[in-house]
Amino acid sequence: MTAEIMKDIKKKIYEHKIYDRVFSLIGVILTFMVLMVLFVLLIDLMRNGVPRLSVSFFTSYPSRFANRAGILSAWVGTILVMTVTAIAAVPIGVAAGIYLEEYARKNWITNLIEINITNLAGVPSIIYGLMALGIFVYQLELGQSILTAGLTLSLLILPIVIVSTREALRTIPIGIREAAQAAGATKWQVVKDHLVPYSAGGVFTGIIIALSRAIGETAPLLTIGALTFIAFLPDSPFMGEFPYISFDWLLSPFTVMPIQMFNWVSRPQIDFHKNAAAAGCVLIFMSIGMNALAMYLRYKYRKKIQW
Amino acid sequence: MILFLAAFSSIAITAGIIGILLYESLQFFKVVSLVDFLTDRKWTPLFADAHYGIMSLASGTLVTSIVALVLALPVGTIIAIYLSEYAPYRMREILKPLIELLGAIPTVIYGYFALLFVTPLLQFFLPHLSTFNMLSAGLVMGVMIIPYVSSLSEDAMRGVPMHIREASYAMGATRFQTALGAVMPSAFSGISSAYILAFSRAIGETMVVAIAAGMQPNFTIDPREPAATITAYIVQVSLGDLPHGTIGYQTIFAAGLMLFSMTFLFNLMGHFLKKRFRKVY
Repeated sequence: MTAEIMKDIKKKIYEHKIYDRVFSLIGVILTFMVLMVLFVLLIDLMRNGVPRLSVSFFTSYPSRFANRAGILSAWVGTILVMTVTAIAAVPIGVAAGIYLEEYARKNWITNLIEINITNLAGVPSIIYGLMALGIFVYQLELGQSILTAGLTLSLLILPIVIVSTREALRTIPIGIREAAQAAGATKWQVVKDHLVPYSAGGVFTGIIIALSRAIGETAPLLTIGALTFIAFLPDSPFMGEFPYISFDWLLSPFTVMPIQMFNWVSRPQIDFHKNAAAAGCVLIFMSIGMNALAMYLRYKYRKKIQW
Repeated sequence: MILFLAAFSSIAITAGIIGILLYESLQFFKVVSLVDFLTDRKWTPLFADAHYGIMSLASGTLVTSIVALVLALPVGTIIAIYLSEYAPYRMREILKPLIELLGAIPTVIYGYFALLFVTPLLQFFLPHLSTFNMLSAGLVMGVMIIPYVSSLSEDAMRGVPMHIREASYAMGATRFQTALGAVMPSAFSGISSAYILAFSRAIGETMVVAIAAGMQPNFTIDPREPAATITAYIVQVSLGDLPHGTIGYQTIFAAGLMLFSMTFLFNLMGHFLKKRFRKVY
C-alpha cells in the first residue's frame, strides 16, 4: 500500500518537474521570438531602405518623383522642433521633480499633482495634439509652426522628465542632505550644491529617453496640422548683422522625420515605400542611438557613484 | 515657489486638455444629440447625409485593441515570469533592455512594418485578406505592447519578498509551481495594473492603425476587415483642411473626448491597483 502511494508521489514529482522544464523552454522560446521580431523588423527596414540612402537623399527636398525626393526639410525640422521641446520641457520638468521630491509637504495638493502626473503619462499622445490644436494653434494663434510643435511635444514628455528627476533624487542617500544641513546649508544650497550635481547623470539619462520618445512622435504633430510637403527651409536662426540671432524660424511651417515617413508609407507607389524605409532607417538610427546613449550613461553612473 | 509653479503646471496641462475637449465637444453636442452619438451605427460626418455614430469608430478601436491584447498579455506575462523567476541574473540584465528596445521604436515604423511586411505575410495564409485590415494592425500593436506588459509585470513580481518564494520552495514546489501559486497571486494587483495600462495604451495608439487598418469607418467585429479607429479618424481629419469652428472640426474633439474618458478611467484604475499592491508589503 505505502509503496503504491510512494510511487504515486514520485510520479507526481516527476510530472511537475516536466512542467517546470517545459515552461522554462516556452519562456526562452517566446523571449527569443520577440527579439526575432525586432530583428526581422530592422532587417526588413534596412533591406528596403539602405539602397536609397545617399548624400542627395539628405540634401534634397521632398518631390513628386520618388527617386529625387529627400529628407532635407524633415531632418532640419526634427532638429529645430527637438530644440524647442528640450528648452521648454527640461527646466520645468526638473524644477517640478525637485519640488515634489524635496520640498513638497504631504498634503492633498501634492497628492493630486502626483496622481495627475501618473495619469498624464498615460494620456494618448494624439490627445495632446488635440489640445495643442485647440489652444496653441487657435486660442494663442501660434499657427502650425515649429514653436507649436515643440511646445506640444514638451508637454508630452514633461511627465517622463519629472518622474526620472524624482527617481534620480531618490537614489541620493538622506545622509547627504542631513550632513549638508548640519553644516548650515539652507535647503536651496543643499539642492543647488549637492542634489543637482549628484543626480545630474540620472536626470540627463531621463531627458535623453524622453527626447528619444518625442523624436518618433507622429500623431500629435499630424493633429496640429504639420504639412507633409515642405520644399523650403525655415529662416536661419543666425544672421550676419545685428542682432545676429533671429527667431523667425519659430513661426515657420515645418515637417519632421516621422511625418515625412508617414506621408511616403501612405502612398501606393512602391518607390515611395522604399523612401519611407530609408527615412525609417534614419529615424530608427536616431532613436535607438539615443536609447543606447542613455543606457550607457546609466551604466556608467551606476558604476561610478558609490555612496 | 517657482518650483511649486513648475509642479503645478502638470495640473494646468490636464485642465487644458479637459477644458478644450469639453469646450469643443459642447459645441458639437449642441448640433448632435448624445443619444445619436452613442447609438447611431454610421459615422459619416463629412458627407451630405451626415451620421454621427461613434460606435462604428469605437468598434474598430475595440477590435484592434483586443487582437493586440490577445497577443501581448499571454506573451508578456510568460516573458515576465521567465525573466523574474527563471533567467539567471546576467541573462536578465541583457534581455530586459533588449526587449524594452521594442518599446523605443517609433510607432510610425511599426505602421510601416504592419502594412508592408505583416499584411503580405498574413495574406499568404489568408488569401482573401484585404490590404488594410485590423488583424495585422492589432498583431503589430501587440508586439509593441509586449515590453510594456513584461516590464511592468516583472517589476511587480520582483517586488514580491523573497521569503514568500522560500516558503514555497521549502514545501518542495518547483519554480513553475512557485511562480503560479505564490509569486503571481502576491503580485496580482501589480500585474493587473500592467494589463489595464496595456489596454489603455492599445486604445490610444494611433499611427499603426492609421497606416495599416485603413481609414474607413466600419461597424464590424471581424478583424480581417478594414476599419477606422477613433484615433485614425482624428488623423484623417487632420490631414485634410477643415476650417476652424465647423461641425467637422468639432467631431474630432468629441471623438477625442470619448478616447480621453476611456483611457482616463483605465489609468485611474491601474494607478489605484498599483497603489494597493505597494501597501501590502
